[in-house]
Amino acid sequence: MFGSKNSGKQCAALESKLVEYLDGRARPAERHAVEEHLAACADCRSRAEEFRSLWSALDELPSISPSPAFDASLRSRIAAEPARHGFWEWMPSPRLVFAMTALVAVSVWLSSTPRFKTIAPSASQSSQQSPANQAAQITAESDFGMIRDLPELENFDVISKFDALSELSVPAATSTPEPRKEAR
Amino acid sequence: MARTDVQLMLDVKAGDEASFELLLRKYRTPLVNFLYRMVRDTAVAEDLAQEVFLRVYRARDQYAPSAKFTTWMFRIATNLALNSVRDNRHRRMEISMDQTVGTGEDEQRPLEVPDRAPSVEQELVARCRAELIMKAIHGLPEKQRAAVLLHKYQELDYDEIAGVLECSESALKSLLFRAYETLRVELAPLVNNSVRA
Repeated sequence: MFGSKNSGKQCAALESKLVEYLDGRARPAERHAVEEHLAACADCRSRAEEFRSLWSALDELPSISPSPAFDASLRSRIAAEPARHGFWEWMPSPRLVFAMTALVAVSVWLSSTPRFKTIAPSASQSSQQSPANQAAQITAESDFGMIRDLPELENFDVISKFDALSELSVPAATSTPEPRKEAR
Repeated sequence: MARTDVQLMLDVKAGDEASFELLLRKYRTPLVNFLYRMVRDTAVAEDLAQEVFLRVYRARDQYAPSAKFTTWMFRIATNLALNSVRDNRHRRMEISMDQTVGTGEDEQRPLEVPDRAPSVEQELVARCRAELIMKAIHGLPEKQRAAVLLHKYQELDYDEIAGVLECSESALKSLLFRAYETLRVELAPLVNNSVRA
């Protein structure tokens, strides 16, 4: 950046050392190296002088003082901060606790409730049925129970279109599942 | 024996509000000056300085003395100042789309030159020189500006400034050299007069 062509590399190397040399924070070895170069390079010597002069000029920048209201304003902002709560600070808010409890309860209830309820036939109906019909109903109920206990049956509309299940009616709509054709 | 900043901050963490008061008294002026030179607006500088103290206060429970207190504090201040400068730049661009008269810089509060009973002429010269310096510093790229302010006016160590600006020490020294080179050119009338004298 500056200096003669012969000492160009040294001048470039000085760039990273000049500031700490001028502010007096350079280590002795680095300080000695910079002084040696400055003694030999007029351009760098001139640049170092200009940097010193620049720093003196920068000292002319006056300082300002915080306004008299600074402390009071800060104190009021600090006073508006929420107080420490210690252990309870880590506890979630009551609203959140309630929401989480409700969510867990609903999840447990949904997972334990069967999707399809078979309504047991009334005593009069069952007594009027023939033994063959009763046996067929038991078979149908056990088959349906097996399907009912499957983990996922949300898409009943889709599943019910399968041939094997097409004869099943929607449980909610019927009170008693129909016996299979073979049983008839 | 005077307590160190870290010790004061640890005392604040333990619930000693008086230690926070000591930190406030020690750093409010340097902080306001640093921020003023970063943003060039006294009201904004004071607001940002209060925000720095507020953040320090809020973080007292999580404070761990992993770095010097000043490094931590000036890092907060630098980030706030840079955000403010960027926000303000956007705001100015929006305003300039609507109005073409007045740059806003002329409306800044004049610098407070120390009262040494100077003549009116001396006072004017001093004010002009200060304005020139302020303008030159403000013309530096943001990171160079922060580096110069922390080096020249806050006299932080190189490792501290590098910590604040999150760069290596060698990168910082190059950054500072480039910044002072720019200032040397920008402030040539002041510099050359001094050299000749």
